[in-house]
Amino acid sequence: MTADASTERGPKGRAGRSPGGDAEAGTDEVVGAPHRVVAEPLRPPWSEQGLLEVFRHRYILTLLVRREIAARYQGSVLGLVWSYVNPLTQFFIYYFVMGILFGRAQRTEAFAIHVFAGLIIVHFFTETMNAGTRSIVRNKSLVKKMAVPREMFPVASMLVSLFHVFPQLVILVIATLISGWQPDPLGLVYGVIGLLISMVLGTALALMFSAANVFLRDVSNAVSVLSNFVRFGVPMMYPYVLVAQRFHGHTDLYLLNPIVEAVLAFQRAFWVGATTNPARTAAIDMPPNLMWLCIRALLISLAILAFAQSTFSRLERRIPERLL
Amino acid sequence: MKNDNRSIVVRHVSKTFTLRYHRTLKQMSVAMMRQQELSDSFLAVDDVSFTVRQGESIGLMGLNGSGKSTLLKMINGIMRPDSGKVLTRGRIAGLIATGAGFHPQLTGRDNVYLNAAILGMSEAETRSKFDDIVEFADIGKFLDSPVGHYSSGMFARLGFAVAIHVDADIFLADEVLAVGDRPFKRKCLAKMQEIRDSGTTLFYVSHATGSVRKMCDRVLVLEKGRLNYDGPVDEGIKFLHYDDEKENALDTEEEMDEEMGADI
Repeated sequence: MTADASTERGPKGRAGRSPGGDAEAGTDEVVGAPHRVVAEPLRPPWSEQGLLEVFRHRYILTLLVRREIAARYQGSVLGLVWSYVNPLTQFFIYYFVMGILFGRAQRTEAFAIHVFAGLIIVHFFTETMNAGTRSIVRNKSLVKKMAVPREMFPVASMLVSLFHVFPQLVILVIATLISGWQPDPLGLVYGVIGLLISMVLGTALALMFSAANVFLRDVSNAVSVLSNFVRFGVPMMYPYVLVAQRFHGHTDLYLLNPIVEAVLAFQRAFWVGATTNPARTAAIDMPPNLMWLCIRALLISLAILAFAQSTFSRLERRIPERLL
Repeated sequence: MKNDNRSIVVRHVSKTFTLRYHRTLKQMSVAMMRQQELSDSFLAVDDVSFTVRQGESIGLMGLNGSGKSTLLKMINGIMRPDSGKVLTRGRIAGLIATGAGFHPQLTGRDNVYLNAAILGMSEAETRSKFDDIVEFADIGKFLDSPVGHYSSGMFARLGFAVAIHVDADIFLADEVLAVGDRPFKRKCLAKMQEIRDSGTTLFYVSHATGSVRKMCDRVLVLEKGRLNYDGPVDEGIKFLHYDDEKENALDTEEEMDEEMGADI
């Protein structure tokens, strides 16, 4: 429903709009209750729910995202810089422990880029999941007041996290260019797919957990435990080739996790091209049929999203009364 | 086309709340051992039906806890009834928990845009009404400081100012005059009368008989979730026995209402 449509009145309604206008309209209405024709059907007052509805309320969504970005670091001196400090410190810790202490940096080429490419996806995904899970409880004053699709809040969390991905991408691209990376069109496709998988899956989990968190606050704690598993369950601080060697013949289970494909796709996009022999790296360090795996991961994520939406819709009705 | 001007239709609407006694696993297991009930339900709104025509102004009255706010939230579309049907026509705006939804860390200016968007206003619409809103709220130089630093009165005034400038077909007002100083209350009431006179359906929740008399042409009385009275204002107030207060010393709100009646 656009704002214009909702303010459309019939001809009589316009006459009745100004307080003095109803006298000229000549209706025999009671004084103080002029006739106002609302050219709209009677319908239930609550807003249609669902993810698609969220994108019909784009204006509120942009405001929510902007508010979130502005409010997150308000009152801190470093401000937006904090959104770099966190992933960068994580990067240095992983690089130091895995790369130098465990000696991975000597065996895996351009290991820093390998870690950082993975970290961008992992950080984006866990941020979306964690912030998204808390989004409805945190915005309870809004949720209790407005009749808009409540999917808005987890989606806004995802977009806020996505906003923070781009500066990290810039750092990554600069680092890869220095290491002699040559961008290839297929790599770009992989980069987009990797981001897409983590967006879809992140939104799905944020959606499901945000509604569940209203009923049981334990959910947000469980989600932070889950994000620990995500960090170690993807080939970020170790290369995929290690998994392929150790679990030879049993990698299917590992690859079933869509975030693994998202990380691999991102590494295919940015890391493989930064090694001395990209073709050889792709053959050794990437699973064979990566494109097919990525498409499968995307489909799995979409299926989870559909399930999350149906769960959300079921829980959503009781949300306002359960938010204290 | 007799029913063409129906603005709000409420049919056999009921709403039950679940009260939870025990929240943690430990508490639940203790309660289970003692064979206490784990939860209890509470019928907040019980089979309520009524129809409001466009342009009517309804006073919704009842004691605390009689289900007024719940009913209002269902008309506003925030809550859904467990059974029954609610239908409305046109854009709804309202003063329900005024100022809720303000983000304490954002400035008054940003919050006006956000709040207006929540109430269904587009960016262009907000921009065109922005000066009126700010003037009505009368918060001066605080406009660009975070809302968290506002006094509670300023907070409420800003919320009220936004809501009241929405060009709505149905206007819901819940205990709006509970906050704010006297000049502001007077300004609000005047503005609400203006809204009513423009043909907007008004749904006004209040305990103040004076302002209900002035604002409304029909009264609904809820008692323990049931709609027990629907009709003219004076009988409605009698039904509630609120008119007894007249014989006693006037309470301040009553006094204020009467005074306001004199100068509006």
